[in-house]
Amino acid sequence: MIKLESTWLDLRNIDDLATQKTFIHSLNSCTKLITTLVFVVLVTSFSKYEVTSLLPLLFYPVALMALGNLPYKPIVKRLILITPFIVFIGLFNPVFDQTPIAKLGPFLITGGWLSFLSITIKLLLTVTSALILVATTGMNSICTALSQIGVPKPIVIQILFMYRYLHVLLEEFLKTNQAYNLRSFKANGIHFKAWGSLLGQLLLRTMDRAQRIYQAMLCRGFDGKVPLRSAASWTKKDHLYLLFCLSFFLFCRFINIPQILGTLLTGGFQ
Amino acid sequence: MHMADALISPVVGGTLWAATAGLASYAAKKVQNDMDEQKVPLMGVLGAFVFASQMINFTIPGTGSSGHIGGGVLLAILLGPHAAFLTIASILTVQALFFADGGLLALGCNIFNMGFIPCYIAYPFIYKPLVGTTPSQRRIMLGSIVAAVAGLQLGAFSVVLETLFSGISALPFSTFVLLMQPIHLAIGLIEGIITAVVIGFIYQEAPHIIQPTALNQSLGATSIKKVIIILFVLALITGGALSWFASSNPDGLEWSISGINGEEELQATDEVHGFFAEIQEKIAFLPDYNFKATPASHPAAVEETEATTEAVWPAVDTGTSVAGLVGSLITLILAYFIGKGLQVAAKR
Repeated sequence: MIKLESTWLDLRNIDDLATQKTFIHSLNSCTKLITTLVFVVLVTSFSKYEVTSLLPLLFYPVALMALGNLPYKPIVKRLILITPFIVFIGLFNPVFDQTPIAKLGPFLITGGWLSFLSITIKLLLTVTSALILVATTGMNSICTALSQIGVPKPIVIQILFMYRYLHVLLEEFLKTNQAYNLRSFKANGIHFKAWGSLLGQLLLRTMDRAQRIYQAMLCRGFDGKVPLRSAASWTKKDHLYLLFCLSFFLFCRFINIPQILGTLLTGGFQ
Repeated sequence: MHMADALISPVVGGTLWAATAGLASYAAKKVQNDMDEQKVPLMGVLGAFVFASQMINFTIPGTGSSGHIGGGVLLAILLGPHAAFLTIASILTVQALFFADGGLLALGCNIFNMGFIPCYIAYPFIYKPLVGTTPSQRRIMLGSIVAAVAGLQLGAFSVVLETLFSGISALPFSTFVLLMQPIHLAIGLIEGIITAVVIGFIYQEAPHIIQPTALNQSLGATSIKKVIIILFVLALITGGALSWFASSNPDGLEWSISGINGEEELQATDEVHGFFAEIQEKIAFLPDYNFKATPASHPAAVEETEATTEAVWPAVDTGTSVAGLVGSLITLILAYFIGKGLQVAAKR
């Protein structure tokens, strides 16, 4: 099963990336979480016809990927996997919204095309920023940050547990699926007669595993409380990073940098 | 389907974030209060189970295509609504972070559509009454399919509403409903059948796992339950009638090709946006984020259109457009070189 396998590999890949030691990795996880959330809200807050003023925000993912030593390939791959559906929905905009908005020589640009472009750029920005967050921070630190900003502990513990066993179960599912495919013809999916028994068996095995994990936890003194890793303290670096990012975002939000740049350069032609 | 950041507005995303955050802390409190600590690893591992199951392709007989499972109703049956809701929330969070499925702002919408609806609507008000306290294979089959179909229909419908209220996509309401509901009917059927056969299998092999949750005390008084069921059925009927109405109307695509504006639908959208714009003006934290964008698509005389577009786009003349384009290109080139420069600097 290609999807299972690639998911598993992607997870491991991102985990590996998160163990690097760069400037971005060394920042407090809370700082990075807050900056990313602000960034996403800011990107979505641009009006639907906004294209040019969104572009300077590309500096943020580009700079983070460079400073965090992140490869382009996995992020681009993720983008390609996510894009089709959103672009499909976005492509209806040029059809339904024919309002003329701008003129470029003989060409009339309609609102639909502008808003389609805007959706695509927003998609690019939001997807990359989320992936960058996890690839520079790692799941454990994100969970610490989550509990630091006030997410209830049971939720944080649930996410941590789920994530930890995801690797184990993906591997197990991969093996089961492989075994099934090797013993079946036209192995491109599970035959409907095996739907219940295959998934059911996996479910029973999973529940047994949960029982064993629980017993193992009891053996190690589990008393109903799961201790979370204590949060690292904020340093000067974090304050500066936060300040810099937020002021950059606000600057981009309220000043259309490309438009000003362009006007400066093309001013002579008018 | 996952709702994406690129298609929602901060108001819609924020509202649903707040709603799901409230729900999640309620569920967390419930789980903490009334569950045995044994459920801690169980919830975690079952979350991973559903996550991994979503990657398995199930061949759909007679079609040559394959489907997969979402797992909302399945988790609710195995864990009860509160624990299941938290488990789904954790799955969607990891998916949003690692696979950019949906997005961080859209996470609230997604948890609502795929967590709240199956756990707090489809499971207690459809699955439980249908299966009752004495489950049988046939009851499980019926309950799972109806619950999954209804859950996915409602989920798809709320995706449509969230998109409509966000105003980013220009898709008219009726077209989007027609696009979403039938597809999700098929997806729901497959989801329901897989859920049913898995639960049926567990019921046969290890009935003790199903029994305790089936016998669990109800979520509330029966009278409230009845009222909500009636409301729910009404909602389903309205939804069905709406899509029927939409389909008997001139098709949205035809409308756009012939260049005639569908006044009714658009005006309806404008009203919605007007309402939200008003709310937003009151609570705005980013004051110039504007909903005014939509009036531009009004059926209007040329001058009027120009007047509205002027508000949206600073000035409609070739000069500014060229300037915008040139500026954008420069920005992109700058971004590339700054990225390269930082990369070199970081490696030193």
